Amino acid sequence: MNNVQNKKRANKSLPFFFKDEFKVFFVIIFFSTILLISTFTFDKVPPILNRGIQPATFPKGLLILIMFLTTIIYYLSFKNPWKKEKKLPKPFFLTISSFILFVIISKTLDFFLAISVLSIFVSYNWGEKRVFYLLLVGIIFPLIVFIFFEMILGLRFPPGIITNLYYY
Amino acid sequence: MDNLLLMMAPLFSSKLLIVLLFGTLFGLILGVLPGLGPTTGGALILPFTMTLDPLSAIVLLTSIYCAGTYGGAITAVLINTPGTPAAAATCLDGYPLAQKGEAGRALGMATVSSTVGGIFSVIVLVFFAPVLAKLAYEFGQPEYFALAIFGLTMLASIGEGSPIKNLIAGAFGILISTIGKDFMTSIDRFTYGINELSVGIGFIPVVVGLFAISEMLTQSTLLDQVFKRVALKAVKLPSLDDYKKTWKTILRSSGIGSFIGVLPAEGGTVASLIGYSEAKRFSKEPEEFGKGSIEGIAGAEAANNAATGGAMVPTLALGIPGSATTAVILTGLIIHGVRPGPDLFREQPDFLYGIFGAMLIANILFFIFGFFGAKLFARITLVPNKILWPMIFAVSVCGTYSLSQSIIDVWIMLFFGVLGFFMRRFGFSVVPVIIGLILGELVEGTLRQSLVIFDGNWLMFLTRPIALTFFILSFIALAFPLLRSKKQKN
Repeated sequence: MNNVQNKKRANKSLPFFFKDEFKVFFVIIFFSTILLISTFTFDKVPPILNRGIQPATFPKGLLILIMFLTTIIYYLSFKNPWKKEKKLPKPFFLTISSFILFVIISKTLDFFLAISVLSIFVSYNWGEKRVFYLLLVGIIFPLIVFIFFEMILGLRFPPGIITNLYYY
Repeated sequence: MDNLLLMMAPLFSSKLLIVLLFGTLFGLILGVLPGLGPTTGGALILPFTMTLDPLSAIVLLTSIYCAGTYGGAITAVLINTPGTPAAAATCLDGYPLAQKGEAGRALGMATVSSTVGGIFSVIVLVFFAPVLAKLAYEFGQPEYFALAIFGLTMLASIGEGSPIKNLIAGAFGILISTIGKDFMTSIDRFTYGINELSVGIGFIPVVVGLFAISEMLTQSTLLDQVFKRVALKAVKLPSLDDYKKTWKTILRSSGIGSFIGVLPAEGGTVASLIGYSEAKRFSKEPEEFGKGSIEGIAGAEAANNAATGGAMVPTLALGIPGSATTAVILTGLIIHGVRPGPDLFREQPDFLYGIFGAMLIANILFFIFGFFGAKLFARITLVPNKILWPMIFAVSVCGTYSLSQSIIDVWIMLFFGVLGFFMRRFGFSVVPVIIGLILGELVEGTLRQSLVIFDGNWLMFLTRPIALTFFILSFIALAFPLLRSKKQKN
């Protein structure tokens, strides 16, 4: 009895706002609308200098085109629903989190440290538990890359708690 | 005769030969590694080309392009995973043939057909690019605008996946190009008071984000995937029987690949799929396709490598890239102060023929490396993702930072990485974004200048025969998928 009920529940189609088609439609329309509104804040060229079209006209046209095409794909998805994507696994979210961690560390502490932390974090969460390999991807390899870029391109990386030790 | 001598110039320059050898090896490694490829590799190596002269820089990028396109076949045959998207069709018959214990024969055919396809396309490039460049002298602003629109509609029409989604992606790419100061009036657009954005969004952060970082995220969802490897003893040259069976297919696919490459579309990926399906259509044994047909491998591989030379034709003659990798090469040309177009053919023939010659030599080099070193290259795929991708991340971050020495570029790269992942997840190809981004300034600039010429009258576009032809072709390109889907329903 329970199984039959569960099956029925599974067969019930999801509300429209949970479907991928709607989520994609909503996200594109939402951001396009914000961008479209912001085009009205662009400075205008005085008529005497205005040759052709105003600087805001072209992006406005593109955004309207994007919104129009998005509406079409959403409409078409009623006839041909998109295939359902698998749920995203835990390592994906951990990798995304590592990007956020990278941005925070590179902004506040150090660029090199940010790369090291991300590399070790990703490698560990993807299944690497051996310390040597974690050190290889987190310290040895980024160090080689840093020195290589600095020597070949004469690059100067942004200052930070570790990079400063190298430079001074 | 002079041009032939100019083409052979790379052979007499030790520096160019070293660059070619390195580029071919690097391209092969990138091609072999699933998820990487010549586009990402080219974008990552772009900062290093600043230390080279323009010819060496472009030779490096083109050799990566040629070898990387071929390299994808090695993993397609041995682990049933295409190293590059262009090798997807090779899996269909390459892997089944390898499973039958004929991996060496499959790779031998892939190597020979890739080389023939590549060389064929260089010949097309040598003869066709100058003709197209001469034709480009007839082009004014309206014609360039119509051509760019044609390119984008072709991309939507014959590219992978839904044409409408491709169009959205292309329009989004153009929209990104409008960020920053308007090049005609210096008015800020979409900068929101952020100074770094007033110079616009760089090409490299977007490419590396959309290709490398989004692939890293994709790999994070595939950690449970287990590759079934097929052992390879040695690559075998095709037998006389195999040659007899496939020579027509190789030539046909070479022609198809070169033609598809010339169109501003997805280059090798689309070419290999069409090459494969045409090989099946003309085959005497179509039932063998998908079960290890040698013709299937030849059809797909000749086509994808033939697209390399084809894609260089509009890139060099018109400044309109024929594929995502040629968009990177175009950026390389611009960074080095070389402006593609008809004047390049008149003013710097030595530079151009040097590139043609280098592409020819790269095709021969990857034949040699592939023939003798496929076994070794295949071992690169043994490096686990948990080691490989953090390393690629480190290189991507430093490579992106190095061009403008801006941390904002690195964050932009990460943003586009996440965006690219979700785009691909929901069926939006990332290639149109790249092409849109690189064509954006051309599209807007030529449109606005045309409107100045036409005094704001849009209908005047229709009075220009070449522009009108491109608009009609664009309309056909847009109508084609509709007609195709109706035909399929019927």
